[in-house]
Amino acid sequence: MATEQTLNQEVMQSIIKRYPRSRSAIMPLLHYVQSICGYVTNDGIEFISKLLEIETAEVSAVATFYTQYKRKPVGEYHVGVCTNTLCAVMGGDAIFAALKEHLDIENDGVTADGKVSLEHIECNAACDYAPVVMANWEFYDNQTVESAKTLVDGARAGKPPAPTRGPNHLVTYKEASAVLAGLDDGLAREGVQAGGPTLLGLKLSKEGK
Amino acid sequence: MSKLTPVLSAHWDEADSFTIEAYTRHGGYTASKKALAMEPDAVIALVKDSGLRGRGGAGFPTGMKWGFIPQGDNKDHYLVVNADESEPGTCKDTPLLMANPHVLIEGCIIACHAIRAERAFIYIRGEVTHVVRRVNAAIADAYKAGHLGNGIDVTLHIGAGAYICGEETALLDSLEGFRGQPRLRPPFPAIAGLYARPTVVNNVESISSVPAIINNGAEWYQSMGTEKSKGATLYSLSGHVNNPGQFEAPLGITLREILELSGGVRNGHKLKFWTPGGSSTPLFTDAHLDIPLDYEGVSAAGSMLGTKALQIFDETTCVVRAVLRWTEFYKHESCGKCTPCREGTWWLVQILRDLENGTGSEADLEKLLDLCDNIMGRSFCALGDGATSPITSSIKYFRDEYIAHVTNGACPFDPVKSTLFVGAVN
Repeated sequence: MATEQTLNQEVMQSIIKRYPRSRSAIMPLLHYVQSICGYVTNDGIEFISKLLEIETAEVSAVATFYTQYKRKPVGEYHVGVCTNTLCAVMGGDAIFAALKEHLDIENDGVTADGKVSLEHIECNAACDYAPVVMANWEFYDNQTVESAKTLVDGARAGKPPAPTRGPNHLVTYKEASAVLAGLDDGLAREGVQAGGPTLLGLKLSKEGK
Repeated sequence: MSKLTPVLSAHWDEADSFTIEAYTRHGGYTASKKALAMEPDAVIALVKDSGLRGRGGAGFPTGMKWGFIPQGDNKDHYLVVNADESEPGTCKDTPLLMANPHVLIEGCIIACHAIRAERAFIYIRGEVTHVVRRVNAAIADAYKAGHLGNGIDVTLHIGAGAYICGEETALLDSLEGFRGQPRLRPPFPAIAGLYARPTVVNNVESISSVPAIINNGAEWYQSMGTEKSKGATLYSLSGHVNNPGQFEAPLGITLREILELSGGVRNGHKLKFWTPGGSSTPLFTDAHLDIPLDYEGVSAAGSMLGTKALQIFDETTCVVRAVLRWTEFYKHESCGKCTPCREGTWWLVQILRDLENGTGSEADLEKLLDLCDNIMGRSFCALGDGATSPITSSIKYFRDEYIAHVTNGACPFDPVKSTLFVGAVN
């Protein structure tokens, strides 16, 4: 349960200070609440409304508009399968169907152990790596039904494989939410600078093509 | 000679390309030094002369946009960078920021100087944790090195999963702490943008293109591209091809050329349909392989250059399924503000679902087109317009395929054949 004690006032004030007008801080503050509570709790909404001196309804209006803000707990590892057209056609639909069956949950469901939640997501700007799966919004490129199952099985065992283009290990949902609140976790230098498809044009130009 | 012209992507193959050390090693932050020594108006003139146009989809001349900011008005001015890359098929800004966030920060410094802004906001989508880390670290390193903090500040703002926030006025509402819903224009952001102050909103690639223009000059930039579409840009190839990826080439290259140099459509298959610039741009077919991919060429052929997101689909793909899925996306992402888009996209999905599963009728096609007619141009922003593009263009080129679903009473395609792992799943 989020309380004023678990949410760090100092951190929240530092987020507010990034902006010329305090209301602009509402989105990073909601990410911050998720980093502490795992989702946007009622207490979190109330606390933000007090800090920003706006109505709780105004905070709720924002929290319910954006799909990344969750109003109920998600898994420690939140898995999103891209089922927008290109990924869907290239295997995303098959992956999503297989994961639902494998985990025995529906879209937006969480496994009973609280480890993995599943969601079908929209285009995540990695189409040259299709089909794409995201876990805690880190890239798992060129997925297959098998590799996606390995990912969620690893996550349930507490040992998820590392992202394809991301840090050396997969952070938890709460830890990722802190990054999305704009807080530094010191992992920016980990991982590749680019994957193969990103570099293909450059490589071909060097070959004179 | 290579048809490709890597400028933005020139050093992406170095393992530390995202660091300030690597960026500085390749001449990074010399352009901002040069620009800061110039009169702001001279910077605007140089960018105007270069012919650089917006790379976020609309292709509006960047220098002209900067020139719209009123000067001497004693108001705060803002630069807002749109890094909310979400248009289906679009995947250029995300790898750019992962591989070299500093080029954007240097571009921000130059643009802020030109429009007399003391602060830039970078609005990045929230679903890319590692890119957020890279950009945040780059901003911190730019402060440490003294490139930021001496009259120009950059603040990273992280979104939370709403496609509509890629629309510039919805983005501004979101940045102000509201639901991301588009504003009625006028007033345009240049007059009343962020916090009702004069604001320039530019795409990541547009701003990132500026440092090289400052260093190499307008003539150099003009030497690439076509008559009205100057310079080079990132083309993103994805889908049923042997080798997908990013290709930085002069504007005006054709899909045939990109396919030839990259290895073509996946072996044993042939091109069926493709998008030139994301799902909001009307579909092309194999009849459009030689259209010059510049703003004018694509427009003359009935589509839009958009974000240069070349999504390739081969003959195994059911166009009705593809279009239904895009339509479900627009329905989900419609912000709900304008009735034609909110209600219209909902009805489009209902009808397309029937058509796709074989329970529709031929008359549904006319109903779809009629709905599209009533959505197009009737809302504050272009989301609804974009939703009509795949529908009207697919009916134009593939009416028979829609009819085949009706006469068959089912979809005639096997979705397994379209997958990347077709050999493995059976």
